[in-house]
Amino acid sequence: MKEIILIKVGEIALKGLNRRSFEDVLIKNLKHRIHSLGKFNVSVAQSTIYIEPLSDDIDLDDVCERVSQVFGIVAFSRALVCEKSMDDILSKAGDYLYDELMGAKTFKVESKRSDKKFPLKSPEISATVGGKLLEQFPHLKVDVKNPEITVTVEVRDFGAYVRCKTLRGQGGIPVGTGGNAAILISGGIDSPVAAYMMSKRGIRLTAIHFASPPYTSERAHLKVEKLLKIVSRYSGTINMYTVPFTKIQEAIKDKCPQELFTIIMRRLMMQISQIIAEQNDCTALITGESLGQVASQTIHAMACTDEATSMLTFRPLIGMDKEEIIRISRKIGTFETSIEPYEDCCTVFTPKHPRTRPVLKFVKQAEEEAKLQDMINEAVENIKLTVINP
Amino acid sequence: MSVGKGMSEHYLDNSATTVTSENAAQKALMMMTTKYGNPSSLHKKGLEAELEINKAREIIADSLSVDADELYFTSGSTESNNTVIFGVASAKRRAGKKIVTTAIEHSSVMESLKKLENDGFEVIYLSPDENGVVPPSSFEQAVDENTILVAVMAVNNEIGSIQNIERISKIVKRKNPDVIFHCDAVQAYGKMVLKPKKYNVDTLCVSAHKVHGPKGIGALYIKKGVRIAPLIYGGEQQKKVRPGTESAPLIASFATAVEEFDIAKNREYVKSLNTYLKSELLKIDSVTINSSDDALEYVLNISVDSIKSETMLHHLEQDNVYVSSSSACAKGKKSYVLKALGLSDKLIDSSLRISFSKYNTKDDVDAFLASLKNGINTLAKSK
Repeated sequence: MKEIILIKVGEIALKGLNRRSFEDVLIKNLKHRIHSLGKFNVSVAQSTIYIEPLSDDIDLDDVCERVSQVFGIVAFSRALVCEKSMDDILSKAGDYLYDELMGAKTFKVESKRSDKKFPLKSPEISATVGGKLLEQFPHLKVDVKNPEITVTVEVRDFGAYVRCKTLRGQGGIPVGTGGNAAILISGGIDSPVAAYMMSKRGIRLTAIHFASPPYTSERAHLKVEKLLKIVSRYSGTINMYTVPFTKIQEAIKDKCPQELFTIIMRRLMMQISQIIAEQNDCTALITGESLGQVASQTIHAMACTDEATSMLTFRPLIGMDKEEIIRISRKIGTFETSIEPYEDCCTVFTPKHPRTRPVLKFVKQAEEEAKLQDMINEAVENIKLTVINP
Repeated sequence: MSVGKGMSEHYLDNSATTVTSENAAQKALMMMTTKYGNPSSLHKKGLEAELEINKAREIIADSLSVDADELYFTSGSTESNNTVIFGVASAKRRAGKKIVTTAIEHSSVMESLKKLENDGFEVIYLSPDENGVVPPSSFEQAVDENTILVAVMAVNNEIGSIQNIERISKIVKRKNPDVIFHCDAVQAYGKMVLKPKKYNVDTLCVSAHKVHGPKGIGALYIKKGVRIAPLIYGGEQQKKVRPGTESAPLIASFATAVEEFDIAKNREYVKSLNTYLKSELLKIDSVTINSSDDALEYVLNISVDSIKSETMLHHLEQDNVYVSSSSACAKGKKSYVLKALGLSDKLIDSSLRISFSKYNTKDDVDAFLASLKNGINTLAKSK
């Protein structure tokens, strides 16, 4: 029995004249995501994308899992491929749906006929297939209002398809249709979620991570790579830039007022990120900030941080509670990794009493006196690239 | 050091694990590629492997002055400690529900006993003095007629303190001769003479990878006549105490490492390194030495004022100097051992463990000292 995956494209179907290019991007993303599982024919017709495996050893469960992670898909299903003849449909449908129908008490059959040359009309197809299934599974009853299982028979231009379960897609719009942005990623719970959320809106991600050896370890870096690898299942390949940040942190600690340490550090991170983002054709920065979560995320502190760059900055978690963020991080699979305990830079340097209402004038004055600008260029020159693939 | 990746590596974390000796590694390779039979197979390939295991068992038994048929191979001391603790609890549950141990045992003992506590056993954790030594007299009070098991480690993994196993065992057995006395001797093995029979110890475990053998193999001594319910069930191997196909390569390799023991000579040598290191550390104001002078010379625990353990550890690593921040098994957690000694949080947060092997040289110590001093001068201090 030959099985394929049928994908209903979601929001992208609404995009008018852009629709074709959105579809093309989605198909490219899908192909890229599944090509390591085997050879496929991926095509589109009548608002449906078809994924047809070209060899028998491909496990469709694996393919479905990957399809469920690609943005731009609302729902999809597995379907049995039949010849466009009632005989073929009737002889295969029962076998194909055996497990589902054995586990149900009620069902109905729905039919769609886009090939109007097919001899039977939709209601006739439903009645014939339903009758045959009742014969094969005498325990079943037909319930057209509230069936446990809906068997769908579709007669399309290239073939007939029988399916019953609809699987949920990841939603969103295809990655690559929304431009490029750079996520500042730390290894905590929030930034991977922020990355996921912006990627869901079609953005292709670049990642920027600040490392401060020996205050942070190689394992902390590996943890960030692991987090990005999980995010890349949704977003596709991510270029991760690691910025050597030790000297800058030590300089801030030595030369700036202790209570301003965090705010100045964040401003420098943003400035460095903007440079790297511009070098990589990014139009925006993304951070995992959530208003009021910590001292550097008060409205006053964020106003100070924001002033450090001229680039558009997305903060998709800004209005969310920690609980809500955690729920998403569990859903996308980053939570367990995020909570692994590795020493990170912030703990050694963070002041006991950080300023929650920093005054921009004093912050800038402290920065100037510490002469940190040269160190920014040095850090940017020494960034290291790691390519993260799903 | 003369073994390992190169001369530029200064591995001072030998209580975590050791480099496998060239001969031991060669032996494992030979076993895997030549004498690869299943020791239980009836044919010649099986016999070949079995004979190697028998020989290895003799060699390791000899190193502990016990009989070969009192020795069982396990995956290491975590398994051995679990086997003894749960095996005794299960076999002697009708005799009593009390267990006596120390507050500084390895986590494989601690966590097993915690589980038994949840199951209704009473566990007494005896406190050490500030040197990490539990006074033998405190066992006098703790052990009674309900006690079924006493577990005491020979040498502590974090600070090197030595427990007087012979005296403790004598006191325990006098109070209650039916008690099973278990000794976790992982950190003592190969470094000091161990004679469980003479000390009247019932069970004792050692591990290959702490003595330049491979990881994943350990030996458990169970005195003849002591009954322990097995943890796992399977075939007839190892008198059903520890079923499963024996890992002949690891066992043979372990024995090769044991054949290279030279306890007295190595201890004398390591003592000279330790003495040198300590004398140099005493010149640095911000260093506190946490190990006592009576501790085993292979381990030295120190604290560096206001520099977090992990920060200093990663700083040292940049100079290819490898030490440990408390126990390697407990990444990022506060050491309960140092806490039990009464050390302040400040000292605990900044503690480092330097642990030697016979392969270390004065050069390694100098590299450590140079990097440490550099770190003290340059690293940001915590509050």
